[in-house]
Formats: sequence, structure tokens, C-alpha cells
Amino acid sequence: MEDTHMEESEQKLESEVAPALIAIHPNQKFISVSIGSELRVFNLQVSEKRVTSLAISSDGKFLCFADKFGVVYVVDIGDHSCENQAPLSKKAVPILSHYCSIITRLEFSPDGQYIVTADRDFKIRVTVFPKEPLNGAHEIQSFCLGHTDFVSCLAFVHCQDSANQLLVSGSGDSTVRLWDYASGSLLDTCDVGAKAGLLDSIQGQDEILPAVTDLCATPDGSLIAVAIQSLPGILLLKCNLSSRTLSLSKVISVDGEPFIPTSIGASSSVPLLWMVMGASSISQPNNNKDSTALLARVRVLSGFDFNGSDSISHETRVLEDKEVPYSDPLLLELQGKLCIGEEAFSTAAQAVKMSMRNLLIKKHYSAERREVRKKGRNDKKNQTPLS
Amino acid sequence: MLEQESIANHTHSKTTGLPRKRFYRARAHSNPLSDSHFPVPASPAQFDCALHYPQFFPPNKTNGSQKIEFADIGCGFGGLLISLSVLFPDKLMIGMELRDKVTEYVKERVLALRVSNPGQYENVSVVRTNSMKYIPNYFEKGQLTKMFFLFPDPHFKEKNHRRRVISPHLLDEYAYVLRVGGIIYTITDVEELGVWMNACLDGHPLFEAVSESELEADPVVELLSSATEEGQKVARNEGQTFRAVYRRIAASR
Repeated sequence: MEDTHMEESEQKLESEVAPALIAIHPNQKFISVSIGSELRVFNLQVSEKRVTSLAISSDGKFLCFADKFGVVYVVDIGDHSCENQAPLSKKAVPILSHYCSIITRLEFSPDGQYIVTADRDFKIRVTVFPKEPLNGAHEIQSFCLGHTDFVSCLAFVHCQDSANQLLVSGSGDSTVRLWDYASGSLLDTCDVGAKAGLLDSIQGQDEILPAVTDLCATPDGSLIAVAIQSLPGILLLKCNLSSRTLSLSKVISVDGEPFIPTSIGASSSVPLLWMVMGASSISQPNNNKDSTALLARVRVLSGFDFNGSDSISHETRVLEDKEVPYSDPLLLELQGKLCIGEEAFSTAAQAVKMSMRNLLIKKHYSAERREVRKKGRNDKKNQTPLS
Repeated sequence: MLEQESIANHTHSKTTGLPRKRFYRARAHSNPLSDSHFPVPASPAQFDCALHYPQFFPPNKTNGSQKIEFADIGCGFGGLLISLSVLFPDKLMIGMELRDKVTEYVKERVLALRVSNPGQYENVSVVRTNSMKYIPNYFEKGQLTKMFFLFPDPHFKEKNHRRRVISPHLLDEYAYVLRVGGIIYTITDVEELGVWMNACLDGHPLFEAVSESELEADPVVELLSSATEEGQKVARNEGQTFRAVYRRIAASR
């Protein structure tokens, strides 16, 4: 339920900037897509596990989604001449899988040639997206290997030169990496955690690196926004398309509140970066029944484009609420309320810092703990004699 | 150093210098789904071949560019590798095994064989890993020419079919590391699994069955049932085996 709320709020956010909308049933039984005035609903009951990521092919004909088993399914959504009943009966077909891993992100390459999947086992897989995807996607183009922790996000770097097929990825290892995804070769690594000055403050407590949670590239591919857990603000990376390198452009902080973006997005035509900080199931310190355990805060960064010169336009800044397009009605819709209490905010900020890591890292159990877990296993439970 | 030797000697046969199996007992099966914590190379470039094949990568020479071409997935006690090593002395081959004690045994076995047969068995090594998860971390695209899946865990329950080492989706990864023309060898004594593996390979667009006449000419085929400990066990019990040998073909676009 909480997740649905998050998805919805993100999707509503997208609705301001993109033509298509997606919403997911609380138990992931259906996915609905709306394009213009059309609403299409698809049965997802084939998937037993939670959906972790989804994307629509660039030609709009196929919807792909990944579940927590690491299996990617495809649904044919192309033919909507008979949209009343037929789409619901369309089966999702498994087309590829990351063996027993969690797929964290799923994207189609801009030219539609490849489907790219990232997982928690440090891998990015680039698979040829076939003309008849219902028969499976068997041909692996490359693996982009080099991350030393879960891969959390992917973004394609669009450029005019079609020989340059660039992809950036963010990871729990606190780096953003630039890849030539057709060959799988690593072109550059940017240690964004260190660049944002986050490592020093953390060193004292723990050796946990702040994970990169989301990435967003400008339409020309020259600028990449990076959201990092524990960074109250956003980091901008410059991507040099000719030397194929990444460099720090700017760290933009948000004044007045501990705003740590958890998801970011932009349209291809408006130079605004939309950012949401959200967390579900936050523990309530004062057991206040009025305040729900959901928090969503939307902020917008202006000047998210690149004008060719070396300096980013001076207008790159986080907008005040009253400057956000559609202002209060939009924020009310997306956030649920206009004002978020300071206490709730800092609790959320604290939760957000570790949430992704807790979801994706491999858990190390002590020998003792392992024994306890073994005893609790279902197959053993049945064997305990009744007394 | 001395101390180490005496420990090693304790587990090794005094006459042959080979490790004795009873010191390397392990459960017959291992759960491939559980999270593993052994080290895995971040990418194939990070895999240190010189460590595994010192003779092929002399420290003072930089021409050591030879790559591993054969992989025995779930190599068990390494019987096939030992036979292959003599048959293809100039090809590098590796066994991949999930059970750490068994891996340890194969490692000791190879080291002992290298000592007792100078110049031989330098092309064979073993690594402890979950090949169902980490194959792309070890091999580049099209690096391998032969892959072996001999007597894999049958995982009879339908619920556990996804743990089978030959499955439609895992074949995609095997097709990735095999070069076009490379061959995948599978054999089992479980008919149900034999049918399954055949069906998976038959249904995969990047594999085609190798013809009977080619199988007869291939010296490796005979080893599938004769060289491994599992195979010998089946032969002793006069059991049946089911073989599926397929070639990696280019994708049709």
C-alpha cells in the first residue's frame, strides 16, 4: 500500500512532464497505463513476487517489468484497437532473468535496440530487445561490470553521434560510472560520495558508503543530476561526450529543510528537474494518529540544461514552493499536504539514508543468528513434535 | 611452512601424494539460491589467471594473454578436468564448484598431480563460485569453446526447477560466454532431467544439436560418462545415462 502511494505520487509527478502514466495495484495484481485519454489495465497476476521496476519500449508496443525473483516479463500493449477486454487477458511472458537476484532498474535504450537491466549483484545486463519479444530475449549484448555494490539506477546519455552509446549508472558503492553499453566497457568512474564531501562525515561512525539513489540526464546528455542518500540536495555531473569522462559540475544544496531526494525526473523539453523525497513505514515517535506514516516532499530545480558554455546557467537553483509550476494545487496533490512538520522531516531523512541499502544489500548473519533463522524455517517447523 | 606441510600431508595419501577424499566430505547438494559471501572478481579482467596457471603466465613475461576456454560447471571432484587436461594440454580449463570442501579437494588434487607429473596438469584449475550467478564475472563474451554440465543436481520438485543449472534463462548467459561454434555438453542419469535439459537446449534459438556422426568423432563425448566420479558410479550400478550435446550458433536477425 505504501509503495503504491509512492508510485502514484511519482507518477503524478511525471504527469506534469510526460504523456504516459503508470499506476500499480496495491498487491501488484494490475498495472494500468494511461496515454492521453486512454486508460489501459493489464493483469499481472502471473508474477508472484513484487514488481521492482518497469518500462515501456520506445515504440510503445511493449511493457516490461521485473519482479523480485529477478525475472523480466513482457506484455504486448501495442495493439489497442480492441482495448476494452483484450488487453486484460494478455499474458505477461517471462523473457529474461537475472538468476536469483533483485532487478533494481529496467530501461530501454533510446534507439529501442536493447533492454538494460541492473541488479543488486553489481551487474548491468544489456540484452538485445528482439523484434518478437514474446519469444524471449536470449541474445546478451554485454555485461557492464565494475560496480562493487548493488546497482541502483541507470540513465542513458543521449547524443547525436550514434556510435557513442553511453549509459551512466549509480550504485551502493557511492560511484557513478559511465559505460559504452554496446561493448560493456567502463569509460569513467566518478566517486560522487567523496565529491559531495559525504565520506568525511561518515567515516567516524561506520564504513557504509552513501548510495546513489537516482540519476537523470539532460536531453543533450551533457549534464547528469545525481541523488545520493544522505546528501541534502543534488549533485550535478558534467559528461564530456568527446573525451567520454565525468566530472563534478556543482553540488546544489537545499536550504531550510533536510531534503534528500529519493527519486528524480525531467521532461525532454522543459529545463526543470523534479525531485521527490519520500519514505513509507516511518516509525512514529509520538504515535500521532493524524499524521500518516507516509511522507512525500516535492522540490523542483530550475535551469536543468546545458547551454554549451562551461558554466551552468546561473539560474540553476531549487525553486521556492510558490515558484513551482501549478504551485500549491500540485504540491497538495503530490505531497498530500502543503506543510510537513520538521520532526517528521528529520525522521524521514534519517530513514531515507539507509532505506535503499537495507532493501538491497546481502545480509551477513552471525553463526548464532543463522542457527536461529534455520530453526524458524518452514520445512523444519513441520517436523517439530507436538507436545 | 613446515607446519603447513604436515597438515597437508595428513590429508594426503602417503604413496601417491594425492588428497584423500574422506577428508573432504561434503553434502551432496548446495543451495544455489542462498546469498554467498566468497570473493567474486568484479569483472573478467580482474580474474587473476597467473595465480591459477603459473606455468602459462611466467612472472617476467608479459605475453600471457591466453584465456580460459573450457569450463566445467559443478566440476565436483574434478575427474573430467583431469582427463581433459591431458587430452588438451595447451588449453586452459577451469572447474567451478559451489561446495567449498569439494573445491578444496580439487585444488589439492591438481597441485599434487602437478608435483608428481612435472609439466603436466598446469592447464587446469578450480574456483569456488556460484556459476549460476557469477558466470559473466569470470568470462568475457565468446571466450569459451566448451562448457560441461555433468550429472547436475536434478531438483525433482517442480518448485525447485528454477534451481536447475540448465534452464531457459540461464542458457542465455551460457550462450553469451560461449563463442559461436562452441559446444555445451550435458549428461545425467536422471531421465526426467535429461528430457528437461534436451528440451531447454532444443527450444533455445542460440543452440543446435550436434549430429550423431560428430559426436562419435569427438573424443570428449566418451569422457562425459567415463571420466567423472558420478559417471563411474552410474556405470558400476549399470545405470542409464542421458546426454545432450549442443552447439552455439549465431543469432538470426
